[in-house]
Amino acid sequence: MFLLKLVLRNAFRHRLRTLLTVTGLAIAVLAYGMLQTVVEAWYAGAAAASGTRLVTRSAISLAVFLPASYETRIRGVEGVKRTARSNWFGGIYQEPKNFFPQFAVSDNYLELYPEFVLADDERAAWMRDRKGALVGRQLADKFGFKVGDVLPIRGTIYPGTWEFVVRGIFDGSDSSKVTSHMLFHWDYLNETMRKTGRRANFVGVYIVGIDDIDNVAQISTSIDAEFRNSLAETLTESEQAFQLGFVAMSDQIIAAIRIVSYVVILIILAVMANTMAMSARERTSEYATLKAIGFGPSFLALLILGESLLICALGGALGMALTLPAAAFFKKVAAIFPIFAVSADTLLLQAACALAVALVAAVVPAVRAARVRIVDGLRAIA
Amino acid sequence: MAIPLSYVARNLWTRRLTTVLTAGGLALVVFVFATVLMLDAGLKQTLVGTGEHYNVVAIRKGAETEIQSGVTRLQANVIEMHPAVATGPDSRPLVSKEAVVLISLRKTGAQKPSNVIIRGVSATGLALRPQVRLESGRLFSPGAAEIIVGRAIAKGFENTRIGDQLHFAQRHWTVVGTFDAGGSGFDSEIWGDVDQLMQAFRRTAFSTVVLRLADADRFDQLRADTDADPRLTSEMKRERTFYSDQSRALSTFINVLGLTLTTVFSIGAMLGAMITMYAAVSNRVNEIGTLRALGFRRSNVLAAFLAEALLLGLAGGLGGLAAAALMQFASFSTTNFQTFADLSFRFVLTPEIAAKTLAFSLVMGLVGGFLPALRAARLEIVDALRAA
Repeated sequence: MFLLKLVLRNAFRHRLRTLLTVTGLAIAVLAYGMLQTVVEAWYAGAAAASGTRLVTRSAISLAVFLPASYETRIRGVEGVKRTARSNWFGGIYQEPKNFFPQFAVSDNYLELYPEFVLADDERAAWMRDRKGALVGRQLADKFGFKVGDVLPIRGTIYPGTWEFVVRGIFDGSDSSKVTSHMLFHWDYLNETMRKTGRRANFVGVYIVGIDDIDNVAQISTSIDAEFRNSLAETLTESEQAFQLGFVAMSDQIIAAIRIVSYVVILIILAVMANTMAMSARERTSEYATLKAIGFGPSFLALLILGESLLICALGGALGMALTLPAAAFFKKVAAIFPIFAVSADTLLLQAACALAVALVAAVVPAVRAARVRIVDGLRAIA
Repeated sequence: MAIPLSYVARNLWTRRLTTVLTAGGLALVVFVFATVLMLDAGLKQTLVGTGEHYNVVAIRKGAETEIQSGVTRLQANVIEMHPAVATGPDSRPLVSKEAVVLISLRKTGAQKPSNVIIRGVSATGLALRPQVRLESGRLFSPGAAEIIVGRAIAKGFENTRIGDQLHFAQRHWTVVGTFDAGGSGFDSEIWGDVDQLMQAFRRTAFSTVVLRLADADRFDQLRADTDADPRLTSEMKRERTFYSDQSRALSTFINVLGLTLTTVFSIGAMLGAMITMYAAVSNRVNEIGTLRALGFRRSNVLAAFLAEALLLGLAGGLGGLAAAALMQFASFSTTNFQTFADLSFRFVLTPEIAAKTLAFSLVMGLVGGFLPALRAARLEIVDALRAA
């Protein structure tokens, strides 16, 4: 009890210094948590991918199309239940910074994506309208799209300005689903392209629904074997692997963010270690006095460690408490990532970092205090 | 009379551990700040260096990148015949009709493939880009399935040494040379003969047409004529503008992310400096009293503590800058969000960045030291001398 009381008194002896240290710690823990969340948000698309969907694309690269005639052949492969066509449209809504993904998809596309929930009447309205489009809830909220709105979108891959009518807004089945994209009829795209005679009857990727998750490898191989040595060889992989491929393209950026998130811990470690070193240095004569009246070196070490733990616990808790509202605020203001949720892992890592900082910061002062000779300590001036 | 600087410096030296820790915290922030600026400068330099002042790119209207663009053979011929186009020594127009395709290649040691630009160029393609020169091996011969690879590709991707073969578009392509494009975006590309590549990829149209202007002032005329010509659906852009536009999204991303981070981090480091300086003041109350009794003014004391804080900031700044300077030996490669192709660039330290970084570290020191210095200056002589 006496130890605890002494720790508490010591920690708040310099109120200003403790306040500054706790603030610094809280900011660092908060920044670390936000950076971890950014990294996780990057992987959100891959995490939401289904195991029973495969993506078949050109083996050369995504920018190369596959013939539309492949669909029936893919459907003939054993184990394949459904196939859907999807073309990346890459259009610009008003100006380039309003980027959102648009896909021209075949009408059965949503059957492969049960996680996107659409009202029956809206689905029927979409089916009836050739220029109809479906927008995700997150996208609709961001730009204020309503059913019936006409969206003029300037094509970059497909020339001209295209008009789409919003016929429905789909929701994600739970909050982890990304609904920041727009879907419209592949037939509309194809018929328009046929008129100009270029890039007609071409498909960007095929989404392949399979019967059993255990057959992913085998079905992928048989699809690719079907088209080996043809004009357009294919590459089939699970949807998750496909999404991770996108993440991997920016892996150095993610690595940089990861490194930086440890830098902030180092910064705060320097601040915290400094605070502890200063406090211990100022109290050298007190420690000598404690030793002189019979307290052992381990008591002194515990005293310093306790103080360090207390300050870090305060700062860490404050930082963690601020992470949730900060993430919510960031999501609302910046709206870069459709999914930006703080995971339990992040909170755990934050706590672990605060603990590590507390321990490391206490080491040098604790060892010094434990080793100080009573005579030298009593003589010391701060 | 001012308090001598040696007094200030020796105070920092006396509390070495504290000084090192505080300056270390500042140095880390400065390091992050400097590397972000260096990365952005490197990206800009790479993409601006990709464009030549006299060159013009014709792409399809609305297309933002070469991959999305298409120019038919007829259109390419129309553009080639424009009077503003320069002619070479053989009195043929200096025009390169190019096909640009993305292919997936595996980076050395990576699990997942990255997209790489493969560019089919005409014989004049190299003449139009004086920054590109062959580093080793030889040029691809026209009509053969041969390719040459940029320096960044040769360094970072599997199977790209001279003599290696890459398989794509139903053919085996032999790497016969590597080229150095002077740190420009072409370093991250693979080049081959345009006719061979178009045939292999079953392309009927070129992606872009690159031409040299006979006279830089005739760009406006060329653009006006192209816009007016009903046969053409192309748009003329100066090559330099075209490529630097492509770095905009990535550059904004790096800047926003980096500067947000440094702002947040700098708060932590400034708090650290403040803690140190407050401690420096409270440990030296007696000294301050003595100094004042000796006749130094409040302003002298204020100046001395501010100088100490600035010195601390400078130490951190120099440390951070030195570490950042080492980053110049590293290069960074990532996917450009706009072109979707892998782009490799370096960290570039310019004098301007160095100046900005040092100014930033001094500001951090100043902000951290201001309140403690003010407290020191406001001490009353009697109270200060009496303090234990």
